[in-house]
Amino acid sequence: MHVVVDLNRCQGYAQCVFLAPEVFELHGEEALMYSPEVPEDQREKVLRAVAACPVQAVFAGEQAGAGAG
Amino acid sequence: MPGDAPGGRIVVVGASLAGLRAAEALRDGGFTGELTLVGDEPDPPYDRPPLSKGVLLGRTRADACGLPSRRPLDARWKLGVPATGLDPLAKQVLLADGERLGFDRLLIATGTRARPWPDPGEAALDGMFTLRTSRDAERLAERLDAGPRRVLVIGAGFTGSEIASGCRERGLAVTVVERGRAPLIGALGGTVGAFATELQRAHGVDLRCGVTVTSLTGHDGRLTGAVLSDGERIDADIAVVALGAVRNTEWLAGTGLAAGPRGVACDAGCRVFDMYGIVTDDIFVAGDVARFPHPLYEYQLLALEHWGNAVAQAETAAHNMISRGPDRRPHLTVPAFWSSQFGLNIKSVGVPTFSDQVVIAQGSPGERRLVAVYGYRGRVTAAVTVNRAKWLEYYQHLIETAAPFPPDPGAADFDGSEPVPSDVPDPRVLSHGPTVYVTGHLPLLRPPSRRPGG
Ligand SMILES: Cc1cc2nc3c(=O)[nH]c(=O)nc-3n(C[C@H](O)[C@H](O)[C@H](O)COP(=O)(O)OP(=O)(O)OC[C@H]3O[C@@H](n4cnc5c(N)ncnc54)[C@H](O)[C@@H]3O)c2cc1C
Ligand code: SF4
Repeated sequence: MHVVVDLNRCQGYAQCVFLAPEVFELHGEEALMYSPEVPEDQREKVLRAVAACPVQAVFAGEQAGAGAG
Repeated sequence: MPGDAPGGRIVVVGASLAGLRAAEALRDGGFTGELTLVGDEPDPPYDRPPLSKGVLLGRTRADACGLPSRRPLDARWKLGVPATGLDPLAKQVLLADGERLGFDRLLIATGTRARPWPDPGEAALDGMFTLRTSRDAERLAERLDAGPRRVLVIGAGFTGSEIASGCRERGLAVTVVERGRAPLIGALGGTVGAFATELQRAHGVDLRCGVTVTSLTGHDGRLTGAVLSDGERIDADIAVVALGAVRNTEWLAGTGLAAGPRGVACDAGCRVFDMYGIVTDDIFVAGDVARFPHPLYEYQLLALEHWGNAVAQAETAAHNMISRGPDRRPHLTVPAFWSSQFGLNIKSVGVPTFSDQVVIAQGSPGERRLVAVYGYRGRVTAAVTVNRAKWLEYYQHLIETAAPFPPDPGAADFDGSEPVPSDVPDPRVLSHGPTVYVTGHLPLLRPPSRRPGG
């Protein structure tokens, strides 16, 4: 699974950081950083973050074009 | 439009953010025909913003930045194969491997590439980098891991500033050379430029503004340093060239389309113009390579190198590609972008270069939190926040409603500072590109005699 955050929309509420700290972290007070490739054992937590983000900025899905060539 | 959506063949050239999101929107819109995505990079679509942030810091691997898909695509992918030409009459895209792809509708989403260092001999020195692709980021991050003695960053736009920030966070010595008077000045003007200057210096960046790199020096094929226009020499074993972007339009040369160094011009519905300004009806464009008219900015053609624009414009282009005339919609999104550097979240709405005045409406540079509001001829045209992202929505509303500038003091916790000239320089004096290119004229062009550094 991969994740992308629309950082135009993100307002630094940090719900995602609380729910999946291994994937999302705040850099300074409100700049969000994250790892796009989600480790298997973090899937559930990331899906919870997707649901919890108050501005629906987090988007998760299978990697686009994987296996294309 | 479901129901109206044609079958037929759609080709998307450029398999990155805009190409992917357009392809998904085509399927969402009910397009059932043949869909082909052509991309010259070998990798499936990936996200570029982390490349100058998490990847440079070593927190994210460059090859782990793939974009998640929004839906299954049922598309044919031609990756690692550049499009080399277009025959608009025969409606065919020519590929480097000799294939000719016929289309009923074409989307151009070929984006931009890093502007290379102008001297090919110097550019070939070991230790020279640009940063646009995942491969670039991987190689650069590796070299930063090896602990260079000093990194030279040439150009202090967003990318250059983020690279400098990443290097400082890793504890590396960094020199930034910028021809303009301040970092970020091209995109954000003098007030935020002055803030960025102070910010970089406070973080230990050796910042040199108003000078240029006149030559790079090497020994045994390895970079050893640079000579600046003021005669100074810098020792550096890595140089990152961050001189802005070049639009990938060469493959469209000779097609008769309005495609050139400033991008591919289109109407408000993403339909590409030909060189006479006549609109085509089967060729569309989206993302960093597009130039489009925006009603909030007097219908000047804007070219935006912003993630959010690529997504929104891709969705509009896709919708219009499969809709009949009256169902088509304009691409009217208010431009917006973010950058994170030196631990701060810098965000913008509107077009800050489309301004004659700016006022710090909230916070202050000293607090490292502020809102700068930009106006042009008495109306609000843009706002930039530093660690105050929650306010952007409010200012976006002011921009959309052409609210009077300066903004009403009662509207926010206005601290009483006075508007000053927004001081947006002529992009020709900058090392870095402005990232929002308001084509035509800039409201405030400076006379040539005031250009710093000649
Ligand atoms: C390091 C970096 C950091 C960034 N950070 C931010 C940020 O913080 N905030 C923000 O708003 N934006 C940021 N951006 C900008 C954002 O990534 C771009 O706006 C976005 O990638 C544009 O998407 P696009 O699909 O239009 O173009 P691109 O991503 O440039 O994709 C175009 C694709 O087309 C391919 N192509 C080109 N020519 C051909 C051809 N002839 N045939 C086939 N394929 C071709 C290219 O190789 C590329 O894969 C950043 C960009 C970079 C490089
Ligand atoms: S929960 Fe949403 S708004 Fe909050 S930091 Fe995460 S992405 Fe941003």
